[in-house]
Amino acid sequence: MHYLSSEDVVHLEKKANEIRQSIIEMLVAAGSGHTAGPLDMADIFALLYFSVMRHDPTNPNWEERDRFILSAGHICPVLYATLAHAGYFAVDELLTLRKFGSRLQGHPHRQSLPGLETSSGPLGSGLSQAVGMALALRMDNPYTSQFVYCVCGDGELEEGQIWEAAMLAGKEGLHNLVLIVDRNGIQIDGYTKDVMPLEPLREKFESFNFDVQEVDGHNIRAMNDAIGKAQSIYSQPSVIIAHTIASKGVDVFERDFRWHGNPPGKGPEDRVPKSEQAKVALEKLRTLGGSIIPSDR
Amino acid sequence: MFADHLDTKIGTPDVLKVANREGYGEGLLYAGEHNKRVVALCADLTESTRTNLFADAYPERFIQVGIAEQNMASVASGMASCGKIPFIASYAMFSPGRSWEQVRTTIAYNNANVKIIGAHAGVSVGPDGATHQAIEDIALMRVIPNMVVIAPCDVHEARKAVLKAVEYEGPVYIRIARDPSPVVTTLESPFEIGKAYTFFHKDSTHPKTVGIIVTGILVHTALIVAKQLNEEGVGVSVLHMPTIKPLDTAALDMFGATHETIVTLEEHQVAGGLGGVIAEYYSEHAPKRVIKLGVQDQFGQSGTPEELLAHYGMDAKTLIQTIRAIE
Repeated sequence: MHYLSSEDVVHLEKKANEIRQSIIEMLVAAGSGHTAGPLDMADIFALLYFSVMRHDPTNPNWEERDRFILSAGHICPVLYATLAHAGYFAVDELLTLRKFGSRLQGHPHRQSLPGLETSSGPLGSGLSQAVGMALALRMDNPYTSQFVYCVCGDGELEEGQIWEAAMLAGKEGLHNLVLIVDRNGIQIDGYTKDVMPLEPLREKFESFNFDVQEVDGHNIRAMNDAIGKAQSIYSQPSVIIAHTIASKGVDVFERDFRWHGNPPGKGPEDRVPKSEQAKVALEKLRTLGGSIIPSDR
Repeated sequence: MFADHLDTKIGTPDVLKVANREGYGEGLLYAGEHNKRVVALCADLTESTRTNLFADAYPERFIQVGIAEQNMASVASGMASCGKIPFIASYAMFSPGRSWEQVRTTIAYNNANVKIIGAHAGVSVGPDGATHQAIEDIALMRVIPNMVVIAPCDVHEARKAVLKAVEYEGPVYIRIARDPSPVVTTLESPFEIGKAYTFFHKDSTHPKTVGIIVTGILVHTALIVAKQLNEEGVGVSVLHMPTIKPLDTAALDMFGATHETIVTLEEHQVAGGLGGVIAEYYSEHAPKRVIKLGVQDQFGQSGTPEELLAHYGMDAKTLIQTIRAIE
């Protein structure tokens, strides 16, 4: 496990903030796309790409790299922003999201953009692909320390294929598979507890032979510790249920399922008028919710 | 007359009958021995798809995924992205039937190097009935970009198709059948992905010319009909089209130029299948009459393969009547 100093944590939090600002800018430029999931996963993406994973932005197909699979393809703005800030391509290109001819397709297309391990969008198939990668890497080396990290949304767990994949991962005891569930409690039609209750989620995964941890998905040090534990377990695949706050970082958007599938400018108006949404979101992020003045950063 | 590389027992009582799934099983075993990147996955149908030959020989490269075809497709995509050449096998009705979207998004859209084996295709599965008779799989696979679609005619061709699929970089669908079918090709018969082959050349002195275009295990039926009708004075040729996609347009141009009427024959819905493919091509490039024999927008049912092929109009009798009726 990689130990995080206080300076490391501050650095990662700053990266997450930059990623969140890019997400808002991209969504506004695109005029469509998803807001809540990308914002709430920014801390975890910053941790993975700027600390945990072995990868090389100058050599995206490096054979020794860890693999990252975004199963919930609709939260791709956070992946694109993270890849750009990590150096896979220019940050300016983020503003082409969802435009004709862009490499940043509305849902990820592996063939289009360096750093993507798969295409995704139709929910439920990313975990299967992650299982396939973990199996292949283990076939080549039973003691492999190449890890496969997969991010699923919580609503996505309603797909039957997730549990087909979980069954196989448990059967095979894939030590090199780490599933991270974005447990933000929302999906397009409402709160997951109303659309389709997922609890008891811990017990579901345990019964599929996963090691299960539940973590505050915005506590970078806690997430780092959980990933370290997941890496240290040799006999089982791991799932980290990351409890997150939908739209984290922009308090006036937070916890509201109506921000699942709308960009700033097209979201619910009861707290911020549409015309102010992008400006307010960026201001909140640049001032850490009003606690600092922008020039402090 | 028959192409000279074909089996000499075609149309005789001595013709050998072997299921072409045996060719898949033997081909995969051979490929596994010569290429360590080849891996196999199966969804609880290891023996009936003949994947067991590979699984027994190379258990470390075989993944039993259980009855979960959608998962199998996407797991294979993940393995392919790490350099493996996965073969996934189940009945065609379930894979790629049930797993179509996973095949489209996680295999074809990624251009993943996965080979999909659709076993027990066609009505010739027989007694299992309509639920198990895949007669839409060619259509489902050929509309997906990047996908190669192959329907081998016999055991030898199925083995060759597997070996060529290993060499080919990208997704391939191979459709195979359960029931023993006549062996028409030999070890010497040519097979390349994307090539069609004239298996029977008409007697060019006959004034009326009909070209049969056929795929899969019905090739033997087409050949015996062509032989009989040529003896009766009708100029009938047989073009075998094992690869439905990519289409051998050069072969179709030549065949179309020398035959007034085309009859297609396949163990599949004519809509979207070989019949659809051929009609689409000729309507655009060399308009001519195309008569499509195959399943006509119906479901299958239980019965013997012979009963079902006759009932749905894919037997020699229907083919002869159809060609004789052409003005």
